[in-house]
Amino acid sequence: METVIKQTGKTQAFKDKANKVMGISLEDAKITKSYLSVAFLAILLGGILGLLQGLNRAGMLELPAWLNYYQVLTAHGLLLVVVLSAFFTIGYFYAGLSHTLGGLLPKVRKMAWIGFWMKIFGFVLAVIPILMNEASVMYTFYPPMAASPIFYIGLVFIVLGVWMCAFGAFINVASWRKRNPGQHIPILSFFATGVFVLLFFGSIPVAIEVFTIIPWAFGWVETINVMVARTLFWAFGHTLVNIWYLTAVSAWYVIVPKIIGGRRWNDLLTRIVVIALVIMNITGGFHHQIIDPGISEPVKYMHVFMSLAIGFPSLMTAYAMFAVFERTARKKGGRGLIGWYKKLPWGDVRFLAPFIAMAAFIPAGAGGIVQSTNQLNQVVHNTMWIVGHFHLTLGMSVVMTFFGISYWLIPYVSKRMLTPQINKLGVIQTIIWTLGMIIMSGAMHWVGLLGSPRRTSYSTYFDNATALSWDPYLFFLAIGGTLLMIGVLMQVYAVFYLMFFAPKGNTEFPVADVEEDEAPTPRWTERWGLWIVCMIVLVGMAYVIPLVDFIVNAPPGSPPYKTW
Amino acid sequence: MMHRSEKIWLILSFGMIIGFMLITGYQTFALEMGPPSYGERIDPQKVDETAPFDNPGIKKVGEKEYEVVMTLQVFSFTPNEIEVPAGSTVHFTMTSKDVVHGFQVADTNLNAMVVPGYVQKITQKFDKPGEYLVLCNEYCGAGHQMMSTTITVK
Repeated sequence: METVIKQTGKTQAFKDKANKVMGISLEDAKITKSYLSVAFLAILLGGILGLLQGLNRAGMLELPAWLNYYQVLTAHGLLLVVVLSAFFTIGYFYAGLSHTLGGLLPKVRKMAWIGFWMKIFGFVLAVIPILMNEASVMYTFYPPMAASPIFYIGLVFIVLGVWMCAFGAFINVASWRKRNPGQHIPILSFFATGVFVLLFFGSIPVAIEVFTIIPWAFGWVETINVMVARTLFWAFGHTLVNIWYLTAVSAWYVIVPKIIGGRRWNDLLTRIVVIALVIMNITGGFHHQIIDPGISEPVKYMHVFMSLAIGFPSLMTAYAMFAVFERTARKKGGRGLIGWYKKLPWGDVRFLAPFIAMAAFIPAGAGGIVQSTNQLNQVVHNTMWIVGHFHLTLGMSVVMTFFGISYWLIPYVSKRMLTPQINKLGVIQTIIWTLGMIIMSGAMHWVGLLGSPRRTSYSTYFDNATALSWDPYLFFLAIGGTLLMIGVLMQVYAVFYLMFFAPKGNTEFPVADVEEDEAPTPRWTERWGLWIVCMIVLVGMAYVIPLVDFIVNAPPGSPPYKTW
Repeated sequence: MMHRSEKIWLILSFGMIIGFMLITGYQTFALEMGPPSYGERIDPQKVDETAPFDNPGIKKVGEKEYEVVMTLQVFSFTPNEIEVPAGSTVHFTMTSKDVVHGFQVADTNLNAMVVPGYVQKITQKFDKPGEYLVLCNEYCGAGHQMMSTTITVK
């Protein structure tokens, strides 16, 4: 018995080594290549639809009846918020699991493929009614607006596909832990565990919501509880946002330090940030309901605290990142109070893109903190400000990090190399994207403060003077949107060039080491069961009171409406 | 594990969050500036037969004080076009007859979700004369971009 264990241990150690020397196995690479291909096709399509909206809002383009603004917006949201993010996150972390845990288990590989096709199938189901104008309900699909039941069935398959990948990751991590008793989960897999825990638990509320909507959309049940549905949606909706954010953060902590030739931030503090984000995330969703009726002011006040608390680990991250930059630059001979910045590799897209992404999170995070507080939220809720906010957070902080990752991850899985030409293209792309987002998101923030609403096709509200005064700002949406479209085309070109045409070679999966003199990380950071219990307790504190109130004191429900 | 500068940074971060909490709490509970949170229930399919929404309109309730009882439905506000003298305080009592709508008045802090099945309330003092644009800021269907009216302050 003992010898058997020893032997499997040896084979595993050999596999680990082979993985590091020879790069990713072809089977694992295929999974990541497929997921990333879908992600970047989604950004191409979603980007085109985004440009159409920008041109419409600027009053320059009237969309035809067979493809109206709200269809375009629903598809844009679904493609970028659900497809791009889910496929990139899974593709990236599965490569990370494969790299740091000595390859994926055959069973897990199978689960990744089942999950892949379930999500594709679900997405096709959801898109058909959108194209037929049977589901112009936005990706938030608030009842009592009711789309075709096919749309919701599609969503169920997407969620099930995501769960399949989450369980695959858990199985792989658990098996590694069994084979490596007493060891810490490698840091990138630690991040992956956090992300998949959130993906699973965060999507439970929306799964419950969709299961109550389906019989109602079919007409088997007459009415629906509108506030329960809305609350369950946001328990998921904001978690999803933070899942991409945590994915980007993993690259900031683990990958970027290696790319600049440094070492990563303190392992214990890094793991604490992950744990804090996992525990506190789901309750943040309530700040989307600050001006909703039926939730009392004290409960809303508690939710402000729960939302702002998420800001704390982000502020820890802000410090950590700049400390790593400074430390690395000084080791390379950088001098002066801020003169050390010259020693950072500004010409390397793998650093430049995530660096700008991090810098963008300073105003983006500050805006998030401000708009989560009750009274200030009332000023900007559902205005273009919010659209500006999430184009800054997702469009810059998250997506630019994803772009930066693509310049090494794709050559890594395709066993090719990043060429100087593509690096240069990437640097130019990064600059164009940055300008486009600053122009578009800046204008959105400003015109939102003036009162221009989100999710509204171009309107002068019957030549109202106030509405007309917004037009000059909305014009910048078209300029920014055009720049972003150019950026999308360059990025997608770079991705597929690196996947199929770049010169062959070995590309490293850049994982930074900790500082040599660092104290060992305490064992308690590995107690995932405890973190999940803490998370569930916190979710209970946040949601039990309002949900019970909405159910016990429910008004008569609402029948389905198709108002488009 | 932590440098002194990091400790200072984190204490400042924590202090900032607590600062936000104190100011938000003071404004909400002492100055009564909390977000619209009224929660009375109503049958969303019987709005027209339920008081006060069986008689939507503007009513004078005091010296320079008005109550507007308003229904929101695709794609209009009832009553349409409201007029009040400058310096008036207006209390809005609203509900939706169909889907979720948003009630927003540009150039003011009036902003509230109006959800079917719930009565929502919000108050605003209009000091400056002018024509205020009222619009729906929650997507509600094909004519959402047309859903607007005005409040005239004289």
